Amino acid sequence: MPAIQSPATEEIHPDVALVARAKQGDTAAFEQLVRQYERQIFRVAQHITQNREDAEDIAQDAFLKAYEKLDQFQGNSKFSTWLVRIAVNESLMRLRKRKTSKTVSMDEDVQTDDGSIPRDFAEWRPNPEQLYGQHELGDILRKTIQGLPPGFRTVFTLRDVENLSTEETAEALGLSVPAVKSRLLRARLQLRERLSRYFRQKNEGPQP
Amino acid sequence: MTCTDFLSQLTDYFDGQVEPELLAEVQAHICECHHCEVVLDTTRQTIAIYREHEIYEFPAELRDRLHTAIMTKCRASR
Repeated sequence: MPAIQSPATEEIHPDVALVARAKQGDTAAFEQLVRQYERQIFRVAQHITQNREDAEDIAQDAFLKAYEKLDQFQGNSKFSTWLVRIAVNESLMRLRKRKTSKTVSMDEDVQTDDGSIPRDFAEWRPNPEQLYGQHELGDILRKTIQGLPPGFRTVFTLRDVENLSTEETAEALGLSVPAVKSRLLRARLQLRERLSRYFRQKNEGPQP
Repeated sequence: MTCTDFLSQLTDYFDGQVEPELLAEVQAHICECHHCEVVLDTTRQTIAIYREHEIYEFPAELRDRLHTAIMTKCRASR
């Protein structure tokens, strides 16, 4: 019979102690958590909303909500995953409030496979860094990810930009692991296809 | 293995989670199908380029302003 792993043998995340202190009213401990994650939370919000002012507001609201609801954090997940989940929800809410016709849920806008079927099979040579300067490359990357539906953009941001695991991404988004995998695949393929317009090897003669 | 089968394994392949009995088929397909080899390589580059380039700046001035605003709100809510 396999031995049940004792929790005592698992490495305890340093956030656990900070969260415990913050729960007891230690503002300095909470401030340390803010310092650790403010950049990530801002970045997630900016990726989802594509707007810097919104991202600033969302980061403030997300940390305030976390602070006020700290007692509800049970520690079943990482503190950072819980925080990301709050920020994602705030971001999606912000998008819904915008007066646009675009759909903004994790379910709508991801039903179709349009754009996820590879059509461009050119190699990327020379590689993108050789082809474009830093500034121009940044513009291309921003423009391209902006074109993705929010549901795909969010999954790609958490899994590939923020490097959350598939399980953490699922937890932060309230999705199943298979749903995350399916959206991630389509997000990656759509981005690849769109980037290929800029990065594809040119066949006809010398290019500028 | 068809190209569609290959694509369905792509995410697990990046994560090193393809079932062992399928892995040989996936690798054989990459050797045989140039299109899928390119899709694999350029998708890998897509992930890497977004991971390596911070596309939104977070300058010190913004960090300080944000940090102060967050802590002011939290302290006021007590």
